[in-house]
Amino acid sequence: MLKTLAIGAAFALALAPAASHAAGGSGHVEDFQFSFEGPFGAYDQNQLQRGLQIYTEVCAACHGLKFVPLRTLADEGGPALPADQVRAYAAENFSVYDAELDEDRPAKPVDHFPANTAAGAPDLSLMAKARAGFHGPYGSGMNQLFKGIGGAEYIASLLDGYTGEEKEEAGSIFYENTAFPGGWISMAPPLSDEQVEFADGHENSVEAMSQDVAAFLMWTAEPKMMDRKRAGFVGVLILTVLSVLLYLTNKQLWAPHKGRKSA
Amino acid sequence: MSGIPHDHYEPKTGAEKWLHSRLPIVGLVYDTIMIPTPKNLNWWWIWGIVLAFCLVLQIVTGIVLVMHYTPHADMAFASVEHIMRDVNGGYMLRYLHANGASLFFVAVYIHIFRGLFYGSYKAPREITWIIGMIIYLLMMATGFMGYVLPWGQMSFWGATVITGLFGAIPFVGEALQTFLLGGPAVDNATLNRFFSLHYLLPFVIAALVVIHIWAFHTTGNNNPTGVDVRKGSKEEAEKDTLPFWPYFVIKDFLGLAIVLVIFWAIVGFMPNYLGHPDNYIEANPLVTPAHIVPEWYFLPFYAILRAFTSEVWVVQIASFVTGGIIDAKFFGVLAMFGAIAIMALVPWLDTSRVRSGRYRPMFKWWFYLLVFDFFALMWLGAMPAEEPYASFSLIASAYWFGYFLVILPILGVIEKPLAEPATIEEDFDAHYGEKSDAATPAE
Repeated sequence: MLKTLAIGAAFALALAPAASHAAGGSGHVEDFQFSFEGPFGAYDQNQLQRGLQIYTEVCAACHGLKFVPLRTLADEGGPALPADQVRAYAAENFSVYDAELDEDRPAKPVDHFPANTAAGAPDLSLMAKARAGFHGPYGSGMNQLFKGIGGAEYIASLLDGYTGEEKEEAGSIFYENTAFPGGWISMAPPLSDEQVEFADGHENSVEAMSQDVAAFLMWTAEPKMMDRKRAGFVGVLILTVLSVLLYLTNKQLWAPHKGRKSA
Repeated sequence: MSGIPHDHYEPKTGAEKWLHSRLPIVGLVYDTIMIPTPKNLNWWWIWGIVLAFCLVLQIVTGIVLVMHYTPHADMAFASVEHIMRDVNGGYMLRYLHANGASLFFVAVYIHIFRGLFYGSYKAPREITWIIGMIIYLLMMATGFMGYVLPWGQMSFWGATVITGLFGAIPFVGEALQTFLLGGPAVDNATLNRFFSLHYLLPFVIAALVVIHIWAFHTTGNNNPTGVDVRKGSKEEAEKDTLPFWPYFVIKDFLGLAIVLVIFWAIVGFMPNYLGHPDNYIEANPLVTPAHIVPEWYFLPFYAILRAFTSEVWVVQIASFVTGGIIDAKFFGVLAMFGAIAIMALVPWLDTSRVRSGRYRPMFKWWFYLLVFDFFALMWLGAMPAEEPYASFSLIASAYWFGYFLVILPILGVIEKPLAEPATIEEDFDAHYGEKSDAATPAE
């Protein structure tokens, strides 16, 4: 009896892949395994903290995170720093303009990470959702259905994708990168092996750090991911139970009006 | 309300009689939810409830989102991030609203194709059908304007491209486009009027939904056989029908609950799958995205829009005959709106006296091809405007028009339909076996 409904649902899902978009001349994106992938995936708190450290010591020189409030560094489901560490981190690393004082003062947890447009570098708050690592095939969107959209993979691949080649064009220097669409990017290779020292002595190769900072940027883009997945899980469970109850109710309700099913 | 004989509300207590003689509202509700409904309705008939749910979901989540959203070109994008980060449950509200639009369109497309297959548009349900088409058109307008509100790159450039279509209209186009945008280009004025209309149109849709329901409650539901309910007497009608409450309410809720399991999983686990990454980049009039792609539910008609280039001979003839007034761009716009308008005319284009596609052996295959054509157009709409996709788009667009303008009128004349069942009861019993009144069904 539910066969037709199943067809209907399949029809509905089949519509979805068509939403994907034509792939441009994109580079190679490695399908890194991140801890937050899949319905049950969660952020790795230590990885987010390492990513924050890399962002602060390296990326923050040129890139801002203007949509991210500093206080959220203490959030569960994020880097989960203790409140006093967040205060110290904000005050040590950033200063913001205070309109009431009419001067700059050290940042507090209520402030956002500052915007940074100094080098014309894009803001990174939402970068992990503003790029797709995976496309197609043939505009079908199936890859995104199975591998995810791949923003974090794209960032990690980009940071780890420098070949060492450079070229000069119209007065600017471009660096060859295997992940960047078109193959040449104006950002100089930001990371080098052992550039950032972690307190716990964690691996600090370019490949490892690329993934750490990509995970951190996934969190800045989607800070409520863990809450959302929990809500998703609870909702699916409740709705499934509701479906079963309605199925039984419906069956009993209609039974007196249906004869024996003819083969 | 319905032309099918059935019991009506009878006020019993004094208070009920007092109210009923002044405002028969209880009777109206009773007659509406107790409407005799053909008992052989299959699972393709649940999407009306899904659509009603979507409208309520969108209005409720939308009203709360408005409480936190700022409709200003400088602040809209940041206010959406404020919703995602600072508002309690804001991320769920926004993802429910964004994906709710997709569910709305999934449901409306299935609902429309259901109608096309079972001939729900045929007499006497033409008005129901046309109101439905107007609702669909308003949904598209609402969906489009809603997509502009987050003020991301795809919002901005989508708005630029789509309002540019109006600029293609000869003589008045440019003035009309400026009027729609509130200026020479998409800017704060555009955002504000789109916000205003995005809030208004859902309530217009809600009113039209009431009329849509009123219309088919007057004619009665169609059903998978397309055979009319017997209306000679109440006893006769009761053999073909069951009251909407509780039989179809529970059945529809079951369908809705299963649909919502899938919907909730998408919202919870992959809420950005149907979106476009570029819309997480704030609108920038100076940077054009590499590919401007509309939301998936516009893709079939977007493909038709782009299919008619100046190299197509139909376009060249149109251009020659009108002395260049109809150029390729305007032809594309006409084709796109024509593709939707033509669906509204289907009650008069289909010449067959048989309603249900079940009993139309030739129609069936052309219909399945139309469904395939729809998906093909959707895919082509997402592909770049180059060969071979351009040729495919043209063929697929031609079939869309051919189905309505040529195939349906001819089929009604040349097709020999199969025998329909005499009554709905006969169809129901053929499926479930005749009910023996003597014994209670064994469990």
